[in-house]
Amino acid sequence: MNTTADIVMIFLVLTNLMLLGSSRLGACIRTVAVQGILLGLLPLLVKNGSFLVHLIFLSAAIICLKGIVFPGLLMRTLRDMDAQHDVEPFVGYGMSLILAPLALVACMWFGSQLMLPVEIASSLVVPVAFFTITSGLFLIVSRKKALTQVLGYLVMENGIYVFGASIAARQPLLVELGILLDVFVAVFVMGIAIFHINREFEHTDVDRLNKLKG
Amino acid sequence: MTIVLRLINPIFGLVAAPLLLGIINKTKAGFAGRTGQPLLQPYYDIWKLLHKGAVYSRSTSWVFVAGPLIGLGATVTAAALIPFGALPALVMFQGDFILLVYLFGLSRFFTVLCALDTGSSFEGMGASREVTFSALSEPAMLIGLAAVARHTSYISLSQMFLSTTSDSWLEWGPVSVLVGFALLIVLLAENCRIPVDDPNTHLELTMIHEVMVLDHGGPDFGFILYTAALKMWLLGQILVGIAVPVRSGNPWIDTSASLICMVLLAIVVGAIESSMARLKLLHVPQLLVGATTLSILALVLLPR
Repeated sequence: MNTTADIVMIFLVLTNLMLLGSSRLGACIRTVAVQGILLGLLPLLVKNGSFLVHLIFLSAAIICLKGIVFPGLLMRTLRDMDAQHDVEPFVGYGMSLILAPLALVACMWFGSQLMLPVEIASSLVVPVAFFTITSGLFLIVSRKKALTQVLGYLVMENGIYVFGASIAARQPLLVELGILLDVFVAVFVMGIAIFHINREFEHTDVDRLNKLKG
Repeated sequence: MTIVLRLINPIFGLVAAPLLLGIINKTKAGFAGRTGQPLLQPYYDIWKLLHKGAVYSRSTSWVFVAGPLIGLGATVTAAALIPFGALPALVMFQGDFILLVYLFGLSRFFTVLCALDTGSSFEGMGASREVTFSALSEPAMLIGLAAVARHTSYISLSQMFLSTTSDSWLEWGPVSVLVGFALLIVLLAENCRIPVDDPNTHLELTMIHEVMVLDHGGPDFGFILYTAALKMWLLGQILVGIAVPVRSGNPWIDTSASLICMVLLAIVVGAIESSMARLKLLHVPQLLVGATTLSILALVLLPR
């Protein structure tokens, strides 16, 4: 068993739980930053036989983008939209924290059922990847503020990356960087969109977007 | 000989328990820049209370008199179940960790009954809070112990602790850390320490545990104070036994290492109390559910 990878996986689960349990947008963004840095460590830990230089470069790119640039962008958006720093959940924090272990157990079961063609670094990778995707999805549907939608999207993307990093062993560097660029553009555009929505309507509650249908 | 050896641990716990509170108070005083009360002050307090007379209200029944005694009895019984360092537990049988959790539950139940027996509205309020929070901290503790049981494949506390060695840190270290954190939160909550309850507060509206024992006096209150100290010691023993498994083979080293860890634990609790503010009552359940989640995580994570 690859213990270091296991520990990173457990920290990923803990960051997901913190996201589900915390009530401040700032804290959520910082947690996503920590998650991004943890993801950056992953390529170095799951040795998949490619060149070390390649791995270090990828690692650095991920840490820079997901650990520093995205949280920075989101923090700036948060600062610009003044005084709306609460997450405002549809499903309460306590309830989210009760649902999370249930989802984790379901993911463990699902992970054990899944037949994978390749050997993976740690038996936790698949459950944690699915759990991260589920948490991201849950954040998107259960929180009111538009900024948490972006966070949920990022967390989902992180989950997919965890899955990809350990399964698709020899993903070319170009593909990885392409995905990172896409995510970067998405976060950038969403940040700007949230800023404009906020300036136009003085709130960013997504449940009130229905009124736009006219 | 073996029975004498087995008696050492519970007797030592019974004697040393209030010292833990003394260390916590000293640490808090140190953080605040005061000299603080003497290290042995909890002993003096209990001794003083035992020599006072008790006053019973005419509106209370036998439950009010029996409560502190039953609480003390249940907690002393729990002391017989937990090993400490190289010292074995007095009693050991399959599944004793469930009994341990419910002995604490019994003690708490009678404290709550006493509080309701007085008919005071403040005490009813405290009882309601205590029951709410303990309903959330009990699963955290039970599931945490179950996680350790699963990873050691023993269901008796003594065997669980014996097979938790430094090797187990390599095999399921993350589980120890998760369970350790969950148990630390349970320890703080069950002993009415700061993120959950402030042991020094004197405002009935915000008190949780203290408000339930307002009407007890004299020896009864002494019993309650002593029971609280003992409970702290026992939960500390469990936490230290799981989180810092020193098994060198030499009984002296093992036991003194555990003892040092207990002192460190008291200092950590004192530091937490000095550096943190109390949580809003509404946020306490969230903290406790978080502890339960950590325990569940420890239980389901890492297939054996």
